[in-house]
Amino acid sequence: MTNIVVLVKQVPDTYSERKLNESDHTLDRESADAVIDEINERAVEEALKIKEAGEGEVTVLCVGPDRATDAIRKALSMGADKAVHVSDEALQGSDMVATAKVIAGALGKVDGYDLVIAGNEASDGRGGAIPAMLAEILGVPQLTHARELSLEGTTLKVDRETEDGVTHLEANLPAVVSVTEKINEPRYPSFKGIMAAKKKPVETLTVADLGVDAGELGLSGAAATVLEAAPKPPRAAGERVEDDGDGGTKVVEYLAGQKLI
Amino acid sequence: MIDFRLDDEYEALRKTVHDFAQSEVKPVIGDFYIREEFPYEIVAKMGEMGLFGLPVAEEYGGMGGDYFALCLALEELARVDSSVAVTVEAGVSLGAMPIYRFGTEEQKRRWLPSLCTGEALGAFGLTEPGGGSDAGATKTRATVDGDGAEWVINGSKSFITNSGTDITGVVTVTAVTGTKPDGGKEISAILVPAGTPGFTVAPKYSKVGWNASDTHELAFDDCRVPVENLLGERGRGYAQFLRILDEGRVAIAALSVGLAQGCVDECLQYVGEREAFGNKIGAYQAIQFKIADMEARVHSARLAYYQAAAKMLRGEPFKKEAAIAKLASSNAAMDNARDATQIFGGYGFMNEFPVGRFYRDAKILEVGEGTSEVQRMLIARELGLK
Ligand SMILES: Cc1cc2nc3c(=O)[nH]c(=O)nc-3n(C[C@H](O)[C@H](O)[C@H](O)COP(=O)(O)OP(=O)(O)OC[C@H]3O[C@@H](n4cnc5c(N)ncnc54)[C@H](O)[C@@H]3O)c2cc1C
Ligand SMILES: Cc1cc2nc3c(=O)[nH]c(=O)nc-3n(C[C@H](O)[C@H](O)[C@H](O)COP(=O)(O)OP(=O)(O)OC[C@H]3O[C@@H](n4cnc5c(N)ncnc54)[C@H](O)[C@@H]3O)c2cc1C
Repeated sequence: MTNIVVLVKQVPDTYSERKLNESDHTLDRESADAVIDEINERAVEEALKIKEAGEGEVTVLCVGPDRATDAIRKALSMGADKAVHVSDEALQGSDMVATAKVIAGALGKVDGYDLVIAGNEASDGRGGAIPAMLAEILGVPQLTHARELSLEGTTLKVDRETEDGVTHLEANLPAVVSVTEKINEPRYPSFKGIMAAKKKPVETLTVADLGVDAGELGLSGAAATVLEAAPKPPRAAGERVEDDGDGGTKVVEYLAGQKLI
Repeated sequence: MIDFRLDDEYEALRKTVHDFAQSEVKPVIGDFYIREEFPYEIVAKMGEMGLFGLPVAEEYGGMGGDYFALCLALEELARVDSSVAVTVEAGVSLGAMPIYRFGTEEQKRRWLPSLCTGEALGAFGLTEPGGGSDAGATKTRATVDGDGAEWVINGSKSFITNSGTDITGVVTVTAVTGTKPDGGKEISAILVPAGTPGFTVAPKYSKVGWNASDTHELAFDDCRVPVENLLGERGRGYAQFLRILDEGRVAIAALSVGLAQGCVDECLQYVGEREAFGNKIGAYQAIQFKIADMEARVHSARLAYYQAAAKMLRGEPFKKEAAIAKLASSNAAMDNARDATQIFGGYGFMNEFPVGRFYRDAKILEVGEGTSEVQRMLIARELGLK
């Protein structure tokens, strides 16, 4: 039986306007609808596929405020079996290193994990480093940017796709994988799944339960301090190419000048 | 006592179907509609989500939900497209529910699992070329043949939804099976599997609306099915399907509310983009008032169907409330479709904009599953008027 833990983050809906708090430049999570990050739905889907192909249990792990339970319920209604929710005021403003430590601490509370599946990049923070940091802390292989994943026994094979091309990776469990948009199309929860999710166990933990030093967490524990933030400038007018019969050439010259081709 | 908030699971379902309709149906359905093509892939996806099994118990392959869950799903589907919504509506409320409510254990085990997953579609044949409102005027006849083993069915049915798709599994037909002691017709319901010899499906109609849904005329010519295919009690067919129609009215009301809401959705977006005489048209009070009226209609109609569904689920009589909900919501759908196409100007008359499709799809809501006149007759009768 494979014990799979899926890392799920609740993020502001990308369709709504996203803002930073003026006082501390953290993300203003109240101003936008909070949803499960779509990439994490794909991570859940991949875990469910493994479970359905053989034997396994899928645990959802989420670090986030109380209202992140909605994201957890969505993952449970898709078919995950149980959840661990780390919620603590002390986490507000934590940076990626701190988040990775908290996740690692929480994994210690899940009875023997074999495989951790994360998204490759969260749509709000867009750090794209949590999975790697986590693998480092846990001392297990990291197989990031997976666009395809297969598990044979305890051997994990991954097609890792980046701008540089596709690399075939192989590792033994336990391991951390992060998936890209191409991995799968997540299912929609059924009503049966929605009803069942209400009864699935969600363990709520605080920082004190994890054995992580609270001093390393939160805004004050972050390695960098944000001094200033400004909205991104409005988009500049585009470049206009008049076509006097040599339009094609001009477009190519422009693109070459921008080092785009 | 008065609390109109949806329970968490209803809200989660509504949201899920909303997301599905917006991302999987909205981008593609216009093309199916113009080509008058049945969207098998969308139906398969809705089946995977369990939408065809919402009110059916899990032991028969359903989702273990209830009729209100079905209504919420229909509203969200119809908000984007009515053809898709009515495929589910007819498949569940007319196809699966008669079997679920009145079938024998064996009939339920045979038909419900595939109907609930959408792998098979069910249909209900009541209306005949000679009349739909007066269901008692049924001319289709079924007689038990000499050795008592089979029903022999003769007659025809018109406008039957879901009756001729590649995945149609079974059509429940009403037929005269004898004469009652009082001299009246004995009407019963009989299950006819698709492909039964003697059962022919005419080519699809060319319709004004619901163009991505499947509607056919059916002919029964010495069509033979085993006597066990009788659905429910002999001679109770009429009474039993009246209950099915009462429920179906609430479902059609939900579908109508969805269409009416879809009109508001489309207009809110359009009036913020379209300019005339130097302003966004949404800045003109004449437009704002139209949209305010549209919103008021859809809101009132929604409350009407929520309340009818609440009474149904509590097991209370809901005939009048169902008729009111259907009457009010089909009116709202027609009125909103007219206003929405007006707000869209010439684009409202173009097939590529959803509001034109809503306009064409709205009309049938005043006719199908009981015309508005029939709803008024029911309301009047419930008020004791004779
Ligand atoms: C220097 C610095 C300062 C920051 N300061 C702040 C701040 O003041 N306030 C603030 O709100 N944010 C701050 N952040 C962002 C915050 O650290 C990140 O939101 C958080 O650490 C996760 O990083 P990410 O979203 O970029 O994750 P990514 O690495 O992009 O996420 C990849 C995957 O990791 C998993 N994952 C990520 N986060 C979680 C989680 N919480 N629970 C479960 N799984 C998860 C998911 O599977 C996700 O798909 C800061 C980041 C940096 C680098
Ligand atoms: C696209 C589509 C799908 C359909 N799907 C199905 C289906 O799946 N199964 C099924 O069985 N049927 C189906 N129908 C049929 C539909 O239910 C009937 O069309 C409807 O019930 C009306 O019946 P009718 O067309 O025979 O009209 P009629 O009964 O002939 O009515 C004609 C007009 O007379 C009015 N009228 C009738 N009696 C009275 C009265 N006493 N007082 C005042 N006015 C009266 C009616 O309101 C109507 O305006 C469908 C129809 C369409 C168009």
